[in-house]
Amino acid sequence: MAEPFLIGENMTGGYGGADILHGCTVAVEKGQIAVIVGPNGAGKSTAMKAVFGMLPLRAGTVRLNGEDITTLSPQDRVARGMAFVPQNQNIFTSMSVEENLEMGAFLRRDDIRATIEEVYALFPILRDKRRQAAGELSGGQRQQVAVGRALMTQPSLLMLDEPTAGVSPIVMDELFDRIIEVARSGISILMVEQNARQALEIADKGYVLVQGSNAYTDTGKALLADPEVRRTFLGG
Amino acid sequence: MDFLNAIVVLANFVLIPATAYGAQLALGALGVTLIYGILRFSNFAHGDTMAFGTMVTILVTWWFQSMGIGLGPLPTALLALPAGIAATAVLLLATDRIVFRFYRKQKAVPVTLVIVSIGVMFILNGLVRFIIGPDDQRFADGARFIVNVRQFEAWSGLEEGLAIRTTQGITVITAVLTVALLFWFLNHTRTGKSMRAFSDNEDLALLSGINPERVVMITWIIVAALATIAGVLYGLDKSFKPFTYFQLLLPIFAAAIVGGLGNPLGAIAGGFVIAYSEVAVTYAFKKVLGYLLPQQLEPDGLVQLLSTDYKFAVSFAILVIVLLFRPTGLFRGKSV
Repeated sequence: MAEPFLIGENMTGGYGGADILHGCTVAVEKGQIAVIVGPNGAGKSTAMKAVFGMLPLRAGTVRLNGEDITTLSPQDRVARGMAFVPQNQNIFTSMSVEENLEMGAFLRRDDIRATIEEVYALFPILRDKRRQAAGELSGGQRQQVAVGRALMTQPSLLMLDEPTAGVSPIVMDELFDRIIEVARSGISILMVEQNARQALEIADKGYVLVQGSNAYTDTGKALLADPEVRRTFLGG
Repeated sequence: MDFLNAIVVLANFVLIPATAYGAQLALGALGVTLIYGILRFSNFAHGDTMAFGTMVTILVTWWFQSMGIGLGPLPTALLALPAGIAATAVLLLATDRIVFRFYRKQKAVPVTLVIVSIGVMFILNGLVRFIIGPDDQRFADGARFIVNVRQFEAWSGLEEGLAIRTTQGITVITAVLTVALLFWFLNHTRTGKSMRAFSDNEDLALLSGINPERVVMITWIIVAALATIAGVLYGLDKSFKPFTYFQLLLPIFAAAIVGGLGNPLGAIAGGFVIAYSEVAVTYAFKKVLGYLLPQQLEPDGLVQLLSTDYKFAVSFAILVIVLLFRPTGLFRGKSV
């Protein structure tokens, strides 16, 4: 089988002290959605941080498009086309929506107006609120700003850490629709989700992590159909 | 007529001096608040940074004066100001490279950086006294008044006179220009916006590819300009004495905290709140009340709430009240 677009292979490491990840592997194909689910404390967010270079790895490699990027800093990975939306504090609250998008494109020296228009087309509400401080928006709108900011670098891979945390079910469905739309445009998506069932429904590939290692790996549909996964992680 | 006289007295002794003083404090507080917002510590060396910038400006002013270069009615110090700013920027960047960067790399907690800045303060303190001495220096030249008492009396026919000193006018105009330029920079340029982004959310700024060392460098340069301008304006308006600049630290910090640390708009508001309070509380209102009240109610005493020797108590009291009832300041700053 050909190498996936992005793969974090056999990742082992932690924040000093005990390891949190034990030989964990996550990967995503071009233009597909990969979802990491699992119980609390399974190391889902840690795996994301490891892929993005925010966690020192003791073993394992991260490869983007066949190239080893294990030792690159997060900033260098941004320059290589990776974008990351953290779970918390993922927007500049005191700055306007449009300024948030401009800051997302800070590394770009070319004209960013077309990309801003693309983001507004994806999230029309942001166009209406573009002069408002991002901190004054609702939870769902803030997540849209956060995703929009990350898209401003025109990444080839978008990493989302619990994008639907703390938003209402309706807004959550809306956000998932937008995420599918982003994936259709050719951007690979790797995300961590608490709402495992809904996330696996849209996932091409699902990873169930338990205590820092892979418990189950399959397509989203297959995981949803697996009685063992349903019983243990999806509540029946 | 008595009412107008009362207003003129009030303007002459309270409003005009306090406005000039407020503008000076606002510029000082802006420097403190920028450092707090970007580098996340309270810079106790700020008063002495102002003293250093003013000292260089004074030395260059004297040199210009000895060569007969001047600005006519305007003080020569304005011509020397860019040299003062440049020297202070070099000093601050050197201090950052030698001292602050070391602690930044270690991710030292803010209180450590505060203590470090106190160390820097003592060194600057000594440096300034070593070069120019601890005494009072006057360096204002040019025309003394925009409006003097006699002109005003002749023009208005009032008993009381009003004077606006050139230095007061220059202070207000320079402060307005500086603040307008600063806000334009912060709100409309790429670099300015990246500074605000860095101050808002450091981690996300890093994820967006904003270079922290560059942001820090530009912050120090802007702070050098603000501190030198504030110091020179204060020195022109009053006089230059290193110890006075050290003492200015209290009202400046009070202004920054009252406005909300890390919030530039707050620093300006805070500067004026502190200045008006300080001048109003230490002013003897006897004359004003003499005009306003009927003869039999005219006060015998000076009607001065506090002797001017205690003016620092005003900043301190306001600081305590704000910290008790609204710790983030009037304009909601931040706390690290």
